[in-house]
Amino acid sequence: MARISLAHIDKQYPNGFVASRDLNLEIADGEFLVLVGPSGSGKSTVLRMIAGLEKPTGGTITIGGRDVTRLPPQERDIAMVFQSYALYPHMTVRENMAFGLKLRKQPADGVARRVEAVADSLGLRAMLERKPAQLSGGQRQRVALGRAIVREPKAFLFDEPLSNLDAQLRVETRAELARLHRRLGATMVYVTHDQVEAMTLGTRVAVLKDGVLQQVAPPMELYRHPRNQFVASFIGSPSMNFLRGAVSRANGMPQFAAPGVTLALAGDAPVRDGPVLLGVRPHDIVLSAGVNGGVRGVVSLVEPLGSEQIVYVNVLGGQDLVAAVGADASPKVDETVTITIPSAAMHLFDPETGGALR
Amino acid sequence: MSREESERPAPRVPQDTEARAGWLLTAPALACILFIALFPLAWTLWESLHEHDLRMPWLGRPFVGLGNYLTILQDARFWQSLAHTALFAVVSVAVELTLGLALALAMNRGFRGRGVVRAAVLVPWAIPTVVAALLWRFIFDSQAGIANVVLMNVGLLRHPLVWFVQATTAWVPVILADVWKTTPFVALLLLAGLQSIDGELYEAAATDGASAWWQLTRITIPLLKPAILVALIFRTLDAFRVFDLIYVMTGGGPGTSTEPVALYTFNTLLQNLEFGYGAALSVVIFLVTFGLAMLYIRGLGVDLGGGGNRR
Amino acid sequence: MKGRIVARVGLILLVLFAAFPFYWALVASFTPEATLFREPSLWPRTLILDHYRALFTERDFWTPIKNSLIVAGFTTAFCVTIGAFAAYALARIEFAGKRAVLAFILAVTMFPQISIVSPLYMLLRRLHLINTYPGLVLPYMTFAMPLAVWLLVGFFRQLPRDLEEAAMVDGASRWQSFTRVILPLTGPGLATTAILTFIYCWNEFLFALSFTLGPERYTVPVAIALFRGQYQVPWGQILAATVIATAPVAVVVLIFQRRIVQGLTAGAVKG
Repeated sequence: MARISLAHIDKQYPNGFVASRDLNLEIADGEFLVLVGPSGSGKSTVLRMIAGLEKPTGGTITIGGRDVTRLPPQERDIAMVFQSYALYPHMTVRENMAFGLKLRKQPADGVARRVEAVADSLGLRAMLERKPAQLSGGQRQRVALGRAIVREPKAFLFDEPLSNLDAQLRVETRAELARLHRRLGATMVYVTHDQVEAMTLGTRVAVLKDGVLQQVAPPMELYRHPRNQFVASFIGSPSMNFLRGAVSRANGMPQFAAPGVTLALAGDAPVRDGPVLLGVRPHDIVLSAGVNGGVRGVVSLVEPLGSEQIVYVNVLGGQDLVAAVGADASPKVDETVTITIPSAAMHLFDPETGGALR
Repeated sequence: MSREESERPAPRVPQDTEARAGWLLTAPALACILFIALFPLAWTLWESLHEHDLRMPWLGRPFVGLGNYLTILQDARFWQSLAHTALFAVVSVAVELTLGLALALAMNRGFRGRGVVRAAVLVPWAIPTVVAALLWRFIFDSQAGIANVVLMNVGLLRHPLVWFVQATTAWVPVILADVWKTTPFVALLLLAGLQSIDGELYEAAATDGASAWWQLTRITIPLLKPAILVALIFRTLDAFRVFDLIYVMTGGGPGTSTEPVALYTFNTLLQNLEFGYGAALSVVIFLVTFGLAMLYIRGLGVDLGGGGNRR
Repeated sequence: MKGRIVARVGLILLVLFAAFPFYWALVASFTPEATLFREPSLWPRTLILDHYRALFTERDFWTPIKNSLIVAGFTTAFCVTIGAFAAYALARIEFAGKRAVLAFILAVTMFPQISIVSPLYMLLRRLHLINTYPGLVLPYMTFAMPLAVWLLVGFFRQLPRDLEEAAMVDGASRWQSFTRVILPLTGPGLATTAILTFIYCWNEFLFALSFTLGPERYTVPVAIALFRGQYQVPWGQILAATVIATAPVAVVVLIFQRRIVQGLTAGAVKG
């Protein structure tokens, strides 16, 4: 097990495309770090650079204190689970899992014992003599996992391993992965575009956009204290609402004003000139029936999800907001409601830089 | 495919020993090709600049520069052979493309016995051209040939025709034999192209009320253009190099009236033993073929670096 | 509906057209020569085996068959083996000049053979290889090697890239990943390339005609083309020979037709 350091990593392709820009990331020993971001954010590239499948144009990578930047994948002692699993079609499950060990000339009975032990832990014992084509998607995924575990590498790399599974299987496998991490205590680097996976699996989550690291923090910190607008809108579903307005002082207290909206801010909110963006998560918005001052709006759409309801409200004189309310509330379309936002749930951002304002 | 992956060029493993491994693996094959193909070509080029008649070795091998080429320009037999080759190429390729397209369209429908049809149509392609030539030569033989018998029975001929006694009638069995042998190849190329056309396009057109002809001309043929181009270039190149077929069927005759450029060169070299002049003819043929080949590589924008950028 | 009938009829006509020469050759090869020349007819009346017997007793048709097998076999084995290494490198390894090599190989497949006959003749003469087996295998490589490489590159490219990446991450060197992962998976591709290369070698005529001197080294196409009769063209025997030359080809094509089609179109259509 080892820590991984990425220092000032740049990656530019000959055609000019920049996949990584001055990336600095420290992954602690035993940590489960998730790299998340939209398509084209460079997250897969970072993973492949750690694996040695791509070479950075600048910067250094160290694994376990050893500078591996110039080393080929064979010599880095890491294991990778590919998105399409990349199982060797002409080998049985047993041979697939034993491949790496056999290459390192490990003694045969030691190899067999290890393979069987890992197969047992993954529920693959019955399938050891089958070939990948005879397995289901979920089973193949477990074989890919088993192949990695058997090698006892310094770190595990996962490249969107759940994206080829159906929704149900994805949720089950997610839990299994979390349990696996707890059991092995291994360093794991995990790439996904799905923020739900990121939040549930990671000890820390690194958000990437256009090759630049936006923020790296434990999931709840990302959720509660996003450092910029991108992170704020990427994490959390439905995503955060943004209102464009200005901050001023009224009666000594900071106040936010936008078309149709006037909100009191917390006492320590920054007051400055120029436009600001106010962000508020749908789950933090409180809707109450009737009209009693404050922000008013009209319900335009209600989406019942069972456990909660997504309510689209059109602020009178302003824009649309998305709110998430409990199942027992009963908002009706065309009903006028009062919108309350606790000041603790308000996030302020600079519209130009996207950065959070403290 | 995510934008990230489609913009990323083919992945490379970062080692300079990679390049060395690449060259090491390619070297033997490349060396064979270079030695066996390029070296003789260079030799031919050099030889074409000399006068070298093996029937008169006492004349030596004087350097004549472009003399041979000038002679070619005034060589009536050369220009005739070029005309023969062009005639053969144009007619056979036109027929093969049309028939091949029809065959491909018919085979695309999928039906029982498709395997039989495919096999039946592949066997002519797989046999030696020499055999095909002999089969058709025999069919059109003036005495034992079944062609005359059938045509007379059907009433199209009154007397048996001696096909190979004049060029105009001799071309018929020649082109027929070529069409018989190579239409399968064209059909297969076009069929592969057809199968890559999304079936939903036709469904959409049908719901919009398009006729079969409209679907053929507005959907099929435009989308098939790359495959048609490949077939066209391959066949034209092959037709230009024709040798086996005519050597066996007419020997270039009667006289030299069906002689293509390749056969003329062959006769010059190995019958008349005029190596210098024959070399010059060879170079001319090569240049024309090479020109056509360049057209192919350029015109299709063949992706030579690897499939990675166009997933 | 009408379209389907037209297509069906067309196909039947086409199959008849394709099969007819073989049928006719078959019939004629069993017909005595006298009947052939006096009253050729589509339906055989008398059948004899004379032509076939003469083929092997009077003419020794075994020798050309043997020669063709040896030459085509050796050329195929050599070119497919050496070509596989080159094809793997060209399909999977990035190195400078790769594009040029690929373009070069493609260009060589389009060489007119006639253009290199005379220098090859001189070269073979100097090496005393005229009328020998190596004297044919060597020139055959001019078209067999590029063909094999080109076809194999197409097959190698079809293999998923992440298999090799997985092998590398598992600790395999390039060589180990090639032999333990890639090669086993290209079995079908290698087989198809071998079949197609063999067919092209077997059918080759110009080089075989130019570089052999006598019946002891003639290949099948040359032997058949140069059958000489005492008084007239021995059509009976020629046709018997063509039947013998065609029968194995037909069997091979029937068995491997799907592979052959795959090979032809993979190399050509995908460029």
